[in-house]
Amino acid sequence: MSNAEHTAETVLLAEGLVMRFGGITATNNVTLDLKKGARHALIGPNGAGKTTLINLLTGVLQPTSGRITLLGQDITRLPPNQRVRRGMVRTFQINQLFDSLTPLQTLALTVSQQHGLGTTWWKPLGSDAKVVERCGELLEQFHLTEVMNQPTRELAYGKRRLLEIAIALACEPRVLLLDEPVAGVPAGQREELLQTVAALPSDVSILLIEHDMDLVFSFASRMTVLVNGTVLTEGDPEQIANDPQVKAVYLGHGENAEAGSAHG
Amino acid sequence: MTNPVQQSLRNSSRWKAWEPVFWLLALASPFVLSTHALIINEIAIVALFAISLDLVLGYSGIVSLGHAAFFGMGAYVAALFAKLVMPDPLVGLAVAIAVSASLGAICSLTVLRGSDLTRLMVTLGVALILLELANKLDWLTGGADGLQGVVMGPLLGRFEFDLSGRTAACYSIVVAWLLFVLARRLTGSAFGATLKAIRDNRLRAMAIGIPVSSRLAVIYSIAAGVAGAAGALLAQTTGFASLDVFAFDRSADVMLILVIGGTGWLYGGIAGAVVFKLMQDFLSSITPQYWMFWIGLFLVVLMLVGREKLFNPRKWFKRAGE
Repeated sequence: MSNAEHTAETVLLAEGLVMRFGGITATNNVTLDLKKGARHALIGPNGAGKTTLINLLTGVLQPTSGRITLLGQDITRLPPNQRVRRGMVRTFQINQLFDSLTPLQTLALTVSQQHGLGTTWWKPLGSDAKVVERCGELLEQFHLTEVMNQPTRELAYGKRRLLEIAIALACEPRVLLLDEPVAGVPAGQREELLQTVAALPSDVSILLIEHDMDLVFSFASRMTVLVNGTVLTEGDPEQIANDPQVKAVYLGHGENAEAGSAHG
Repeated sequence: MTNPVQQSLRNSSRWKAWEPVFWLLALASPFVLSTHALIINEIAIVALFAISLDLVLGYSGIVSLGHAAFFGMGAYVAALFAKLVMPDPLVGLAVAIAVSASLGAICSLTVLRGSDLTRLMVTLGVALILLELANKLDWLTGGADGLQGVVMGPLLGRFEFDLSGRTAACYSIVVAWLLFVLARRLTGSAFGATLKAIRDNRLRAMAIGIPVSSRLAVIYSIAAGVAGAAGALLAQTTGFASLDVFAFDRSADVMLILVIGGTGWLYGGIAGAVVFKLMQDFLSSITPQYWMFWIGLFLVVLMLVGREKLFNPRKWFKRAGE
């Protein structure tokens, strides 16, 4: 298992990323290596620089120094939309949806854009059979079929959260950055979401940013702990759970549940 | 085989039964109501102008208080083309659309950045600049006297623009219809859907790989071309272009028309244009000096009560939420 992981192809490689805002160093020499199909969690207390790191990876921010490679290509200077086309896709901690559109329209436009049909202006949305087929699959996979024609703003929060992830998957990611996918979801709608996250395609490399320790430890096979913009340590869940440094800095009293509620 | 996903997607862009009926009635109106052909012509032109604004405001979320810039450009180009180059209306219309769309492409650079307030002011500023240019370049435009002596050739070489305005009204309605069909295809397409995505959430639109700036530049240019067509129709059917085609009132009126009829729905601009023009015509015949008072009152009531409630008598006596 661990042998296979070591030989697996590297999909995303961030090397020596540094981001300075004036005198503040938000990201300090961060290196991250995501293999194909990785389930990698990024944890750290508030203010550790997780959001800055996402913005660097997706191209919202340009690093002060360092290099980002996606599938062997240097993407450090590429604008966000071109990184998406190459397979670097994120979800948002706070839902970012198209409120006046339905989930079906949302997914149809996302898939169309992904298939290079975003500038097709004469044919109606959904006239392409492949787009329709993919939309049907995504709606099934994310339990959105029965609400596909409701305006997004009227959906229950759990459904909106599912759509948030469905949009990202509609972009056919190679690397998926999940930013606190279960944040704020009420208990009754949580299970559906957790199952969906667990069932994401195994060939997609996932970087999970999450405060919920139950989810992190059940999902991730590898973890990076970020503190003050610096990588404190990296390892498999067992190593992280038993690391005295991590216990001291992040897990507080060493109780997973408590740490989860303290930072969640 | 019926696929519910495909059907749902296609339903929104399919023609409803009443739509051809509406357009046939519109086309018949200059003949049936031949004494009112002049106002029918005006309504068709203003409706087309409102559709143009809806493409940027309703579908793409770009606010503009200076949309008359493109209307005016179309009007002056069409009038000058007829006067200086050739009197054929269709060639003049095509040239006016091309020039206005080019102006829109240049101006699109000014609306891509900044906040809504920035856009309101920048669009307003552009229209004011063009107004003053048309005023100052009086050797070309006739300045404050307007561009006179525009003689239009017959439409398709056969139909003269007569005093009754019937040819004019038919011409305007047909052009408006053609551009409406174009706008309808565009807003129902994948391209149109990406515009709505940008309008609803620009951050997410970028995050799914939509090149936001170039999409907005394209739709702004297209809308400018449509506005230019409306302006050209006005100049061609009245044989005149004056400074008021660039005036702030015109930009404000078309915004008002969209608000009355509803944004993000192409028929909203048409409905708004019909209501606004008829109201203006009716009120100014009773009270020539103070008709703006009633328009103002109507606007305040409309915004406070809400369009749906105001036009649906069944909801008048129900409280909100029932």
